[in-house]
Amino acid sequence: MSDLRYLESFRDPEIGRSLLASLGILARRLPRTPVRIMEFCGGHTHAFHRFGLLELLPPEIRMVHGPGCPVCVLPKGRIDAAIDLSLEKGAVLATYGDVLKVPGSHQRTLMKARARGGEIKTVVSAMEALALAETHPDREVVFFAIGFETTTPPTAAVILEAKRRGLRNFSVFANHVLTPSAMEAILSGTSLDGIIGPSHVSTVIGTRPYDFVARIHKVPLVVAGFEPLDILLALRMLLSQIAEGRSEVENEYARAVAPEGNPRSLELISRVFERAPALEWRGLGLLPQSGLAIREEFGFFDAQRRFSIEVGHVSDPGICECGDILKGVKGPRDCRIFGTICTPDTPVGACMVSAEGACAAVFHYGDREGAVS
Amino acid sequence: MSGGRGSTGPRLDLEKGRVEMVHGSGGRASCQLVEEIFLPAFDNPWLRKEGDQAQLDLSEGRWAMSTDSFVISPVFFPGGDIGSLAVHGTVNDLAMGGALPLYLTAGFVLEEGFPLSDLVRIARSMGAAARSCGVSVVAGDTKVVERGKGDGIYINTAGIGRIPSGVNLDPSGIRPGDALLLSGPVGDHGASVLAARENWGLATSLCSDSAPLHGLVGAMVESGPGLVCLRDPTRGGVAATLNEWARLSGLSFEIEEAGLPIRPEVKGVSELLGIDPLYLANEGRLLAVCRPEAADTLLRAMRNHPAGREAVSLGRVGRGHPNFPSGSVRMKTLMGGTRTVDWLLGDPLPRIC
Repeated sequence: MSDLRYLESFRDPEIGRSLLASLGILARRLPRTPVRIMEFCGGHTHAFHRFGLLELLPPEIRMVHGPGCPVCVLPKGRIDAAIDLSLEKGAVLATYGDVLKVPGSHQRTLMKARARGGEIKTVVSAMEALALAETHPDREVVFFAIGFETTTPPTAAVILEAKRRGLRNFSVFANHVLTPSAMEAILSGTSLDGIIGPSHVSTVIGTRPYDFVARIHKVPLVVAGFEPLDILLALRMLLSQIAEGRSEVENEYARAVAPEGNPRSLELISRVFERAPALEWRGLGLLPQSGLAIREEFGFFDAQRRFSIEVGHVSDPGICECGDILKGVKGPRDCRIFGTICTPDTPVGACMVSAEGACAAVFHYGDREGAVS
Repeated sequence: MSGGRGSTGPRLDLEKGRVEMVHGSGGRASCQLVEEIFLPAFDNPWLRKEGDQAQLDLSEGRWAMSTDSFVISPVFFPGGDIGSLAVHGTVNDLAMGGALPLYLTAGFVLEEGFPLSDLVRIARSMGAAARSCGVSVVAGDTKVVERGKGDGIYINTAGIGRIPSGVNLDPSGIRPGDALLLSGPVGDHGASVLAARENWGLATSLCSDSAPLHGLVGAMVESGPGLVCLRDPTRGGVAATLNEWARLSGLSFEIEEAGLPIRPEVKGVSELLGIDPLYLANEGRLLAVCRPEAADTLLRAMRNHPAGREAVSLGRVGRGHPNFPSGSVRMKTLMGGTRTVDWLLGDPLPRIC
């Protein structure tokens, strides 16, 4: 926060208008229209709506929301397992606030479990979960860790720290997933003309893991920051690629993202985690090599081993279309229960639960009936 | 604050002592708490009588009554504490009806083990806030709960205030075309309290805006006709207040992001925590709806008062729309787009990715 103008300069309306004008010019040079561009991250979905960008885009651009919302892709079986850890196994469960309202099976949530006596604490960092274990030496404290590569290094660090301090009552229920695997799954089922790549995830993994998108699937990808000018500039770079018939991985967010990522974070991840053979994603199903498991060496801190957690498969209710929405096949308004049965106050599907979910963003910022603003 | 007079025995250790269960038992220890902490802090003729109730001589006319409970954590924050907040909160609730606040009651729920030095500090701050607002804390009550059953201290205040004749502030009078005014920058309180939470480790120069607003309201009422209604955007922030008015009126509230005053520090904290300043609580700001022809005069009157120096025109009330049967709040963004400003979505917690 040392330089707050840093923030304002990426929200400059003047530059925004000139970028929008250049998008309009580029749009006329596109070989085919409309072009379907996916913003992979929930953070970008949120930004599109919050800054009112969608209605300003030329009509030749169709934005498709992606699955990049860590809470949204968490399958119900894992929520059920966390509830069991708290209510049946009596553990103190520490997790991020977004997770509390996600429905498991039978509309059970961690928030309801807390009301029924489960000790469930919201934390804003993994280290805070570790501190809980130290202040509750007589209790088992489990950190319910979720997220893409952004939140994985802190989880790895906290496991290393727990080992260093010799904590006996701390473990991690790890649910970390890998962005490139989800991208691969999407590209094999959805036709896209371009992808706005994640910002925070890319600060950790860099831009190289996306090479397959451009090389194999021939889809241009531009890693972008979360500010409005970042997004508009990334769109301009994508339109240029499409107009010129190129498919490359480019980096708009060079002020934070290096091609090789953050070596220290990557080292932390590979020290503590290994690829799990397969993992279930909500909406995307069972994806090979798409998630991380705690290495044998740190098995003592693995809640799945310590509490013999079995994660079952639980299907979404038939009326919920989160699966197709997470894949970019459908938009939130294509869902039959959007805004009627399924609202942020009574979420049926995961896309409505998290503030970063596509349905929540459209409901929150849109005009409910007509076009999304 | 009822209790027998003239307790004997050693005085409370106001430096190192702590709240004990006996302080809420109604016995001598309770009486001591009242005599050594609350009476000196709130001193007034009604409390000095130490009766079970305060007896008030009220004039004819309309009176406003309100109550509010305060459970804030941390109890001390930059720019105030739970004590001053408990006074300003109820004073402001009364002021939003145009009332001149006169009398308050205070109920304390204390957790066993709460430091007496903190209680003294809070009571003194409450007393000072009440005096500066011109209100008297005329009755009170204290209960103590076992350690682990409360979060240090909760305070409830209730208050009454007289509504001057001819003043009738009522959101049912909102009409399309009305102007929307805001008395100052938004989010100072919410952002400073969030930043002060120890486990978030943020150091900022932020300060809560906690302040009484009845003086400002008085100046607005006196500036002439055309003021329709007022509200202080506390919990849920400016977004919640506008949505409440939209729901009540079925009309659309149209605001411009470019006209929304937000301090750079508040913007910084909000960005860091993933929170929209429109949803941050304010404790010393008000929103006003007025007839369009009264807007300029009213804005001048606000800016001439210390509590409204940074007042701005925020937007206008538009006609209802078939797409929004229960009203709507729409904002023109800096980038030139339009978006809905909805009720708060979920808990005001940081995004995790």
